[in-house]
Amino acid sequence: MTDPETLVLRVSQLAKSFVLHNQGGVILPVFRDLDLDVAAGECVVLDGASGVGKSTLLRAIHGNYKTAAGQILLRHRGSMVDVAAAEPRRILELRRWTLGYVSQFLRVIPRIAAIDIVAEPMQLRGLDAATSLRRAADLLARLNLPERLWRLPPATFSGGEQQRINLARGFAVEYPMMLLDEPTAALDGANRAAVVDLIEETRARGAAILGIFHDRETREKVATRLFTMEGRLAA
Amino acid sequence: MSALSATPIDDLPVLSVRGLTKLYGTRVGCRDVDIELWPGEVLGVVGESGSGKTTLLDCLSARLTPSAGTIHYQRRDGRVVELFELSEPARRTLLRTEWGVVRQNPRDGLRLDVSAGANVGERLMAIGARHYGDIRREAVSWLGKVEIDGDRVDDRPTAFSGGMQQRLQIARNLVTNPRLVFMDEPTGGLDVSVQARLLDLIRGLVANLGLSAIIVTHDLAVARLLAHRLMVMRGGVVVETGLTDQVLDDPQHAYTQLLVSSILQV
Repeated sequence: MTDPETLVLRVSQLAKSFVLHNQGGVILPVFRDLDLDVAAGECVVLDGASGVGKSTLLRAIHGNYKTAAGQILLRHRGSMVDVAAAEPRRILELRRWTLGYVSQFLRVIPRIAAIDIVAEPMQLRGLDAATSLRRAADLLARLNLPERLWRLPPATFSGGEQQRINLARGFAVEYPMMLLDEPTAALDGANRAAVVDLIEETRARGAAILGIFHDRETREKVATRLFTMEGRLAA
Repeated sequence: MSALSATPIDDLPVLSVRGLTKLYGTRVGCRDVDIELWPGEVLGVVGESGSGKTTLLDCLSARLTPSAGTIHYQRRDGRVVELFELSEPARRTLLRTEWGVVRQNPRDGLRLDVSAGANVGERLMAIGARHYGDIRREAVSWLGKVEIDGDRVDDRPTAFSGGMQQRLQIARNLVTNPRLVFMDEPTGGLDVSVQARLLDLIRGLVANLGLSAIIVTHDLAVARLLAHRLMVMRGGVVVETGLTDQVLDDPQHAYTQLLVSSILQV
């Protein structure tokens, strides 16, 4: 059991399955009875074969997927909130202040410049435009995104460029809990190193991190602990 | 109340709807709809034609009288009123001063026989503005916010493209600083490139003005971009509600699954 003082995330007895109503109601079970604690200063890396439900678990913690049973307790402003039972506006509040998430792919919005995408989470917290744009620029520079791209909408950018914008956005504010879904998949060595540094800094300031890293080298650098997920449940 | 209420967030909903029903004879327009809309929240109402979403919006914005149900609204001064318990003049005042209604066809929401500036300015006059110079300045400023050149201020909306007319309708509705805005398919009937510009504009305005909004759309991409929360309707009934990305990425109801899986990927 994790020390309750430093506990940030406690997943207990969590179950997830998908019910496909338009395919004759077939049920796809993903996991059940899943227990996991993550403490402040930890970077827990999810391990297990493709299809085992690693991304599904991150999405459930983010409130993006509904779960069938169990709890997802997240420390938010001193008390534990159950994401699995929270109403939508509570989840949006968690995402604004407590829970960061970097997905594999950037969701591009027409006409919005890269730097504004990065600055948005800061502005949602009420930070002024000048300060948030300065911080966004610092992050984009750290992640080696060429400055000529900052003012452009990223629809036509490469996968690696879009991923770095996604990363900059995810690390723009200091969330106490970060979920990282293969954030380095499309990056080259130099950029991976920049991400490893960001993760180390985030952990050092006391955040808890839960992530998926298929690249062995990155995983070995960032993980303080591995959490192995078992194979897909039989129906 | 669950343990989740440990940290209280906003005290009262802006709009609280209970059991809202509209029957056309025996045919159901919408039935037993409950809504709580919170300050700063954008609720998307999605569903196909005939799902009852426009009937619902017309009842909420007092264009139709519901057959049953209540609509409570918290006014700017903090008082909570029931929409259909108000006298007709009081309801009109509320609509003019605190609400905005953006119709799908801008021609239904604009006055076509007066200039763009007058379309925006007359809303200010309706809430008591009298100084011509101030009204004109404010009108030009709002045309700018919706990306219409100030030199078009004296043109009539009939001289505008569909996208410009829709932006003008939005300016006309937002100039009075409403707390609650209803939008019916605000991007319907517009070219895709014009839609993107309008969506970007609506998104920015809603966030910067902190208003609450209910947006009816059949376009799930529009809903994803604009709404915090979704309500899915079919046959006049709400079949699913939830956080926008959750409803779209992990739909629970058969009908929502069908809607989401029917979108063509580009």
